[in-house]
Parts: sequence; structure tokens; C-alpha cells
Amino acid sequence: MIQYVIRRLLQMIPILVGVTLLIFFLFTFFGEDPARVALGSHATPEKIAALRAKWGLDKPLIMQYLQFWREILTADFGRSFVSGERLSEMFKQGALVSLAVTMPPFIMGTVLNLIVAMLVAWYRGTAFDRFMSVIFTACMSVSFLVYVLLLQYFLAYKLDLFEINGFIPGLKGLPYLFLPWIILMIVHFGPDVRLYRSILLEETKADYVRTARAKGLSEKQVMFKHVLKNAMIPVMTYTVVEVPFLVMGSFVLEKYFSIPGLGDLLVSSVNTGDFPVIKGVTIMIAVAYSLFNLLTDVLYALVDPRVKLS
Amino acid sequence: MSVTTAPLNSSVGDSLGRRAWRRLKQSPLTMACMAIVAIYLLLALCGYLGLIPDFQKAVGEPFAPPSAAKPALWLGLDFFGRSVLFKLIAGARTAMTLGILVACISLPIGLAMGAIAGYFGGRIDAGVQWVYSVIVSVPYILLIIAISYIMGKGLLSICVAMGLVGWVGLCRMTRAEFIKLREREFVMASRLVGASNMRLIFKHILPNVMHIAVVAASMEVMGAIKAEVILTYLGVGVQDGSSWGQMIADAPGELLNGIWWPTFGVSVTLFLIVFALNRVGDALRDALDPRLV
Repeated sequence: MIQYVIRRLLQMIPILVGVTLLIFFLFTFFGEDPARVALGSHATPEKIAALRAKWGLDKPLIMQYLQFWREILTADFGRSFVSGERLSEMFKQGALVSLAVTMPPFIMGTVLNLIVAMLVAWYRGTAFDRFMSVIFTACMSVSFLVYVLLLQYFLAYKLDLFEINGFIPGLKGLPYLFLPWIILMIVHFGPDVRLYRSILLEETKADYVRTARAKGLSEKQVMFKHVLKNAMIPVMTYTVVEVPFLVMGSFVLEKYFSIPGLGDLLVSSVNTGDFPVIKGVTIMIAVAYSLFNLLTDVLYALVDPRVKLS
Repeated sequence: MSVTTAPLNSSVGDSLGRRAWRRLKQSPLTMACMAIVAIYLLLALCGYLGLIPDFQKAVGEPFAPPSAAKPALWLGLDFFGRSVLFKLIAGARTAMTLGILVACISLPIGLAMGAIAGYFGGRIDAGVQWVYSVIVSVPYILLIIAISYIMGKGLLSICVAMGLVGWVGLCRMTRAEFIKLREREFVMASRLVGASNMRLIFKHILPNVMHIAVVAASMEVMGAIKAEVILTYLGVGVQDGSSWGQMIADAPGELLNGIWWPTFGVSVTLFLIVFALNRVGDALRDALDPRLV
């Protein structure tokens, strides 16, 4: 097991090299010149050159790339070009805000959607099941933005149940979070329930289900004791890999509700050519993504004795 | 989702396509959804042929509510007095073009990469896996924004960006199928009689994977249409006003002033095509699944 984890961690290195090369290539060659963006279009060439020297943008590309690696290995990405703030501080704040928006609906939604999926799978093949699958497809087909728009309009503006827009840190900000939570839960309802339903139905075709029925267990025992336990393995695979994206938050929600999370930080830093922020956030996401993939595989082996890590 | 399996003897001597078509015909909802997709494609085509009135032209007072007087007024007017209906039709052209272009870019890449990775294995496989692992590790939106910087904002650049990112899913599925199929007897037999690698890939294995590509195509078109709306809202999408995303971005301010018709029109238009593509994709998946034969 330990050997496996070490080998997987080593396999992350080529992927990180690829990610750094891709980001570096795209933004150094094609992004806007951050010095020009920072100083505005009326700056003199001397001033721009001075700022470029201060930020290390005049060094040879290979040196800039190696500098990038030093930052990754020391986990210190320096300061933002735009605000001059320390990036580690910005990331920590942004990630906490994003998690406050995404984590609660993720947990509540997963539990709720599993319960609904169990219900639909219990009535599989009936008219109720067929009707519900049309409903789930319909829920999936509404654009994220339309959900945001209509739920904000009706729940916050017309019915005045929630705050319309904004964000306050700390417990006082809780009322501002309810609406984004509800939106996220509704957005994930259709696709998640459909996925869990098909996982559950796939399990009901397995041999052990036939055995369980043959030895005289009731349908309830078969579904809740045997099928549900086994279905948790694929369900877990799908949910654990979502976690890194929770840290990044939702670009759309953060922009729409003016929430200062990581996603909003990333989009605005692309617009201002703030390369340190782009580098930092991307590498963090890439590392988190690989780590959580590894975590899924390890958990997989822990809960399912048939799986051998090789 | 549910498929009534045709009696065994009727499927003898039938092609997969004809059998799939017979399955699709059994569900009225699926047929209605296929009709919706056809109507949107037709509208897009009419837009290209210049049969649709110019959506940029003002046809009345700003924000005139819907009325049944003439087609331009059916869904009301926007803040410049332009017809919401004509804007929606122009948006259909943008959306369908985008969906089809994205599918045309990502499907061949996905199929080819998946095929060579799965068929040859070894270093080639490791290389392809490296490429897609890198792509999925970088936030999707960052790649799209970067590519639209390089190519300039506009329809073509988001098509290329989404195409270059969107092949990964199909590549994975194709690769898995190829790994399974390359060891099968019919492939072994052809190899024994001297078929080349290319012949084995294209003539023998690929036709067995095409059902995945057909389903992936309908999902790719749908995903592209949904993503374009979001990208346009974030400011990196289609900028010439002929986008549903732009109409949704304008909607919050309009709604607060009680102007509901542009929002209503665009929500329904978008919902119908995405729902239809979803449904057609599902139906195709069931109808083309060889395991159900």
C-alpha cells in the first residue's frame, strides 16, 4: 500500500511538469503584459521596463520557468502583481470563502440525492420511475445561469426570503449564503440523482443480489443491506474527486453574488494579467486534483477487499 | 431510459442502425425531441441562408411587451426595440454552429487518440494519458480564457478552445473499449491473415466503438451550448449580441423592472434544445447498446 502511494505520488511529477509548461507557455507568450496592464496605456516605455525588471519579467524565459518551480517547491508564490498582497494569504482567505459556499450544499445534497435515488431505484421500471427520469433530465437541462437568475428573483426579490446579493465574513454572513446553497443543491439534484440511480440499478443486476434473494431475504434487506453498501463504492469515487473543485468554488455564483472566493480571484486575475495568482491557483488545483484522485483509489482499496492496488 | 427489447427473431439480418431506429420510434417523447433538434438546425440553416429578418434592426418602442400583431412582436422587444424572437433565432444559429463545430473538432481527436492509445498501449498509451491528465488537471475555464486570448474573442475561438478541451471524455471511453476489443477473437483472426494495424483499427475495431461516438456527439453539442452561455456571461464568449448568454446576462436588470419576456424567451429556448439533446443522447445510448440486442 505504501509502495503504491509513493509510486502514485511520483507519477504526479510528469503531470505537474505538463501543467506548469502549459500555463507558463499560454500566459507568458499570449497573455497581456502585466506591467502594461498595471501601469495603464499611457505609461512611458522606461517605466514599463523598470516594472518588468522589478517583477523579474526581463529575465530569460528558462530562468522565469525555473523560478516558477522554486515557488512550487517552497509553496511560496510571492506577491500579487496587482494588489501587492502575499498570495498565501489571498489563497487562504479565498479558499475558506469558497468552501463556505460550496461545502454545506455538497454534503447535504449528496445525502439527499442518495435518498431520492434509493426511492426511485426501489420503484424501478414503474411509471413513477419513468416519470421521474423525465423530471431529472428536465432539471439537468435548465442552464445554471437560469437557475441563479430565477431563484434569486423569486426567492430573494419577490418573496424576500433571503439576502439578494453580497457577502460578509463570519457568522453574520450566514443569511447571504442560504441562497447560493439552495441554488447549488438544486443544480446538482438532477444529474446526481440520475447518476446514483443508474449506479444502484447496475448493482441490482449483480450475482450477489440473486444469491441474497435466493436465500430468502426480503427486498428491503437486499436493497438497504447489500445493494446500498456496494453502491457506495462508485458513489464515493464520484464524490471525492469533486472536493478539489469545491475549494475553487463556483465562478458563476461568485461573480453573480459578488462573493470574494478563489474562483472569482482566478477570473479577475486573468483579466488583469496577474500571473502570480494564475500560476498559484492553477498549481494548487492541479495538485489537489491529483491528490484526491489518489485518495479515491486508496479509499477504494480500503472499503473493497476485492480491489488490489498495483 | 427503459427499452422494450424487440423479439429476438425480428432482429435477425437487421443492421444495428435499423434496429436502433425501430427502438427510437417506440417512444413519442424521443421522436418529439428529435423533431426539436431538427427545427433548431433548420432555423440555424435559415439564418445562414439569410431567410431570417435582421435581429439588429429596431422594430418598435424599447421594451414593448409581447403582442400577437406580427411575428416580430410575439415575444416582445428588448431595450433597443429589437425583436426578442429574432434575437433568439439568431442565437440558435450561434448555438448550433458552436455545438457542431466543437463536436467536429473534439470527436476526431478523441477517437483517434483513444484508438491509438488503446490499440498500441505501452509508451504511446502513456503519452496520451499524460496529455489528458494535464488537460483535466488545469481548470477548464482557464484554458478557454487563455485560448480566447490567443485567437481573439469570438465564436471561432471558443469553438477551438472547447474542442481542444472536450475530447478527453471520449478519448478515455474509446481507449477502454480498444483495450478490451484488441484481444478479441475476430481481431486476432484478422491479424493472423495479415491485416495491417491501420486496417485492424479502422475496419475492424472502430466500427464497434462508433456507438460511443454517436452518443458522445449529442452530449458534446449539448455541453457546448450550455458552456457558451456561461462563458459569455463571464465575458469570454460570443460578443456580437447574437448569443443566448448575452440575453441572460442582460436579464437581471430587466427582471427587476418587470420586463420578463426576454428572460422567459431565452430560458425556454435554451431549455428546449438542451432537454431534447439530453433525451436524444439517452435514447441513442439505449438503442445502440449492443448488450441489449
